[in-house]
Amino acid sequence: MSAISPRRLKPRFDVNGWLFVGPALALIATFMVFPILHSFWMSFQTGLGVRLSFAGLKNTYRLFNDPLFFTALTNTFIFFLVQVPIMLTLALVTASLLNNPDLKFRGVLRTAIFLPCVTSLVAYSVLFKSMFVANGLINTTLIGLGIVDVGIPWMTDPFWCRTMIIIAITWRWTGYNMIFYLAAMQNIDRSVYEAARIDGVPTWARFLHLTVPMLKPVILFTTVTSTIGTLQLFDEVATITGGGSASGAAGPGNSALTLSLYIYNLTFKFAPNYGYAATVSYVIVFLVAVLSFLQFYAARERKA
Amino acid sequence: MTSYGLKQRLSSVAVYIFLGVMAFLSIFPFLWMIIGATNTTSDIIKGKMSFGEALVVNATTFFTQVDAPLIFWNSAKITIIATVLTLLISSLAGYGFEIFASRFREKLYTLMLLTLMIPFAALMIPLFMLMKQFGLINTHLAVVLPTVASAFIIFYFRQSTKAFPHELRDAARVDGLKEWQIFFLIYMPVMRSTYAAAFIIVFMTAWNSYLWPLIVLQSNDMKTITLVISSLGSAYYPDYGAVMIGTVLATIPTLFVFFAMQRQFVEGMLGSVK
Repeated sequence: MSAISPRRLKPRFDVNGWLFVGPALALIATFMVFPILHSFWMSFQTGLGVRLSFAGLKNTYRLFNDPLFFTALTNTFIFFLVQVPIMLTLALVTASLLNNPDLKFRGVLRTAIFLPCVTSLVAYSVLFKSMFVANGLINTTLIGLGIVDVGIPWMTDPFWCRTMIIIAITWRWTGYNMIFYLAAMQNIDRSVYEAARIDGVPTWARFLHLTVPMLKPVILFTTVTSTIGTLQLFDEVATITGGGSASGAAGPGNSALTLSLYIYNLTFKFAPNYGYAATVSYVIVFLVAVLSFLQFYAARERKA
Repeated sequence: MTSYGLKQRLSSVAVYIFLGVMAFLSIFPFLWMIIGATNTTSDIIKGKMSFGEALVVNATTFFTQVDAPLIFWNSAKITIIATVLTLLISSLAGYGFEIFASRFREKLYTLMLLTLMIPFAALMIPLFMLMKQFGLINTHLAVVLPTVASAFIIFYFRQSTKAFPHELRDAARVDGLKEWQIFFLIYMPVMRSTYAAAFIIVFMTAWNSYLWPLIVLQSNDMKTITLVISSLGSAYYPDYGAVMIGTVLATIPTLFVFFAMQRQFVEGMLGSVK
């Protein structure tokens, strides 16, 4: 499989090859490459709707003086800094417990924990919204169990609103990430664990000093994909807080306003300013690019 | 000796409790949804956890508020067209990149993989303007078109094509088959498990997609089930009974695909780490 196999070095013009890849390349050029360049160009323009005029760096200036942008940026960071570690730790612990071949009901447990992945983001968000209403299931259960005295203000307090959204996202994606860990664990030689066990290494130490280091590449992978996913968080916050509906505000004090939701509101809710919205969207492009670079960097380290 | 055995038994009990709780919490919202579909909205927001008698009322409300056959047909149409076109165009490209590789095409491939990094948030405004220019706003074609050439699915097919035995291809060439015949008559049937896994990814994405259809589809008769659930559910005082009927109906197809193709489902989800 080296790069110099005769199949690969064919330099001649090959009509068949172009016929196979042509349609896909044309579509990607039209619906990915052209729009992303167009939006870069738009980020230097300003105006209402499609009547745009060149504005230089005015949008960037506005960005740094826009409190709503900073709210959205902060919220987005809170979501991934808190949610991603909780979810991945939970997924990793669950996967390592499920990886025990002597475990009974292994398949059933694995299927059950994976099941949230089949729901649509909107459908599960509506379900969570209905469970977290003021005197609803979660609050009555918490009061019934004596954990709290009065219901938690999930929908009216910024902190609890974010907590609810973090719980919801964790529910939806823990099983998904767990599957990646389980698949990676299949490749770890079980005799390593046996040897450690016989040497009297306790379970938690085996987890911390054997499992985690050996899974480092896939942990990095899931960290990056989860972070990129959280950077683009939209469906959940729009549905749970009604931020996608006419009111425009996303949760109490905009506590659930994410960057994607803000871009959507800038474009389709408020007086539409495509140029400024494009500038905000390039903040996400920038963040995703940095993260992807880190991922490639980490992957290179893995090969070395 | 006994204390060691006891400790081990205790820890294995703890493991079962932990996993049991995880499994219960994972399944619970599904139960909540099914039970909720039988309860009145006022019971649902009180957190009632037993079956009620409001199923017929909820279903009636849902089916009078929503033109359900049309909405489901919209979702199904979008999903079917997106799935067929994506699998066809992306597998053609994945195969083409692997089989007819040339230096220039390799460069294009790398460039194409870079588009994987583009977040949708940065595309939605220019895509919307583009669709407006094409006169495609409020059409299902506009929903489908940007998703058809998926860099990720192309990557997935190229990776899998590496395992396609080229003796098969050489033999077919000797037999005088044209390149497109080799693709449709030999490659496609041989690679059906790859197609199955890719089908899962595309099906799930298309059936559940929200943001782009929300932008492009503007009249009620074009909307998908996901959009309808969202607009019913994000009201200030949603009629949860009716919403539950909608979520149950919207989840049935994905649950069905999951249980019918569990192995390919997981494989599809894992595709990206191969």
